[in-house]
Amino acid sequence: MDARIVVPPKVARNEPFEVRVQIRHPMETGYRTDDNGKSIPRNVIRTFTCRYDGELVFAAQLSSGIAANPYLRYFVTARASGELVFEWVDDAGVRGSERAAVTVA
Amino acid sequence: MRLLVLWLVSAAAACAAAQEPPIPAQALRSGLSFAGADVRAMQADDAENPGFLWVTHGEALWQSGCASCHGDARTSMRGVAARYPAYDEAAKSVLDLAARIERCRTERAHAAPLARESEDLLALETYVALQSRGMPGNVSIDGPARASFERGQAFYHRRHGQMNLACTQCHDQNYGKRLYAETISQGHGNAFPAYRLEWQSLGSLQRRIRACLFGVRAQMPPPGAPELTDVELYLAWRAKGLPLEAPGVRR
Repeated sequence: MDARIVVPPKVARNEPFEVRVQIRHPMETGYRTDDNGKSIPRNVIRTFTCRYDGELVFAAQLSSGIAANPYLRYFVTARASGELVFEWVDDAGVRGSERAAVTVA
Repeated sequence: MRLLVLWLVSAAAACAAAQEPPIPAQALRSGLSFAGADVRAMQADDAENPGFLWVTHGEALWQSGCASCHGDARTSMRGVAARYPAYDEAAKSVLDLAARIERCRTERAHAAPLARESEDLLALETYVALQSRGMPGNVSIDGPARASFERGQAFYHRRHGQMNLACTQCHDQNYGKRLYAETISQGHGNAFPAYRLEWQSLGSLQRRIRACLFGVRAQMPPPGAPELTDVELYLAWRAKGLPLEAPGVRR
């Protein structure tokens, strides 16, 4: 699963900064059928977590109401330079992860 | 006799005029200008444009295969997409960018073939097309490409399907007007491969043309069919000079 993470190259101490995450995923709802009328099993990203140096700073539970290739945008405040670790898992059990370094100026 | 000469001269002038695109260069408008503010904002920011997920994937594929011959795509592929579809000497036919990439992969690199509209081929095409972003489209319709261009032109002006509509009736004669909730665009392919919100995915220009044919309830040629390549060539010529936008975002 490809993902794109955008964080500012430098952030200010104790100031919120924007984190933007986009994950390539079909987010199959489970309500559709294929050309032969067979139901297509649901496959959506169930949980998404973002940790900053081990501390949970953002988490989301997604459902079949979310469009394909989900785009998440949220704010995080940093006290010191560190690393953001993003992890997610879908219904098929496929796990994805990505990392981004944060530099406090 | 003089009358005949005059007639011949005017007939020749009419022939030359027929080779002018239906929409003059200064009136060309990208599909982006017909889109809503939200779609325009999505395309304007590369971090928000979902098409870049395919760019990321395409870049990885490029590095693992194509780069050993073609080096850095940012220099070697600059301007390439603006010239396609183009006549290919080895294939003895006009190829669009996806077909050209696929030919290079299978004939030269002996890689396993990729299906049209497969994620990998779309990703590679998008990554190559991105290198020409902002450059004006500049296809050649001379020489061996001529026959394909003329077939594409005829297809564009022929009525199709149960609705009995030709492409030209919407995209040359009625652009800017409404079709239900949609604004009819001029029908240019300069943003493709593009991320279409309706598809919730990135898709090729051929897929978009097929979607239009589906809309007028016409028979859709299969992906990769030569008729579709002919139309792609005609569309590219018709939009000549319009800057490329791939990967674009459309509704």
